[in-house]
Amino acid sequence: MKSVKVLGTGCANCRTTAALVEAVAREKGAPIELEKVEDLPAIMGYGVLSTPGVVIDGVVVHAGGVPARSKVESWF
Amino acid sequence: MPAPSSAVTTFPALARWLLALPVAGGVWLLAYSHLGEFADALTGALQLSRATHLGEAVHFFLFDTAKVLLLLTGIVFVMGIVQTFFAPQRTRALLAGRRVGVGNVLAASLGIVTPFCSCSAVPLFIGFLSAGVPLGVTFSFLISAPMVNEVALVLLFGMFGWKVAALYLAMGLLVAIVAGCVIGALKMERHLEDWVQKLQSGQALAHADEAIGWVERFAAGWAHVKDIVGKVWPYILLGIGLGAAIHGYVPEDFMASFMGSDVWWAVPAAVVLGVPMYTNAAGIIPIVEALIGKGAALGTVLAFMMAVIALSAPEMIILRKALKPTLIATFAGIVASGILLVGYVFNWLL
Repeated sequence: MKSVKVLGTGCANCRTTAALVEAVAREKGAPIELEKVEDLPAIMGYGVLSTPGVVIDGVVVHAGGVPARSKVESWF
Repeated sequence: MPAPSSAVTTFPALARWLLALPVAGGVWLLAYSHLGEFADALTGALQLSRATHLGEAVHFFLFDTAKVLLLLTGIVFVMGIVQTFFAPQRTRALLAGRRVGVGNVLAASLGIVTPFCSCSAVPLFIGFLSAGVPLGVTFSFLISAPMVNEVALVLLFGMFGWKVAALYLAMGLLVAIVAGCVIGALKMERHLEDWVQKLQSGQALAHADEAIGWVERFAAGWAHVKDIVGKVWPYILLGIGLGAAIHGYVPEDFMASFMGSDVWWAVPAAVVLGVPMYTNAAGIIPIVEALIGKGAALGTVLAFMMAVIALSAPEMIILRKALKPTLIATFAGIVASGILLVGYVFNWLL
């Protein structure tokens, strides 16, 4: 089961990203543990420069803007 | 089946883009050079004569809406592609360890082409600092990025002409550079929140740059167009509608300048009014249109526009997580003063 973290301080783009990730994972039948990280020090700990950011199993796979659907699909 | 590497650009996709772009470009040029005929034809089809107020207003509306939408689409597409060359990581690398002065100018200029979303303000800010970008230089970037963006410039150019757009650009960069220099000179590093100061001591923020091919760049440009135009078109219609009404119905000599350059308190009033307001670049355009239509001095109106965009309550609240109140107050105060000064100077110059 993949651990997926969506990094963001709570703006619309971050929420959209989380919803997108959830929807795609469900479509693909991939079991994930989704967590929204809104705490700034924690977000900075991943070293991302722009939010929304996506971290899968501890690796930053995306930062900045809502990821394209094709990109999200490539993660699962 | 593993996903194809994004660095490998599949030929068919690239070929499609390389064929579509010149065609689209040709169509764009054709449309742009025939704007007048388009407006004439449509006004005629609506059975309106340009000699009437309504006809004149409608013609203006059609002409300007088509013009602005064309410009916006074209330029935002190009900017979307340019932005793929200036990911924040690259901007940060370009700015790390730069001398004050040069660094500020570079930072302010990069603010124009680096993609920026206001919720990324803090991660970007901290990320820059921890890579060795001086505090003042980082601020120059933070001021210029939301304020001097291609949407504001395109809208100003399309609706008010290149002089107004150039003025806004110059004013914006000037405020960003000078304010950044001043804040840097005040050496306020210890007014950063404690956790940020700890982070500053050498955190290697390694994030591998994604290899990106031209197909992705073109796609990013197109996505940017859909995003921006999708968000901004109501404001354009509103702004131009307002301008059309003024153009068609307000007689030429009715330019009452109650916000004119001879009222000394106009600029401070504009800045004070603008700071607590918040909207993006497009939202303020209808108001700018109305003000200029009423004869307000250009320097005053642009100062107002800058105050609204550059200083916003949401951004201050987000920044509070990384900056202590003194630093936020200093930041807001210096930027407001900068805008004030620039507003006065340009009113005086024009």
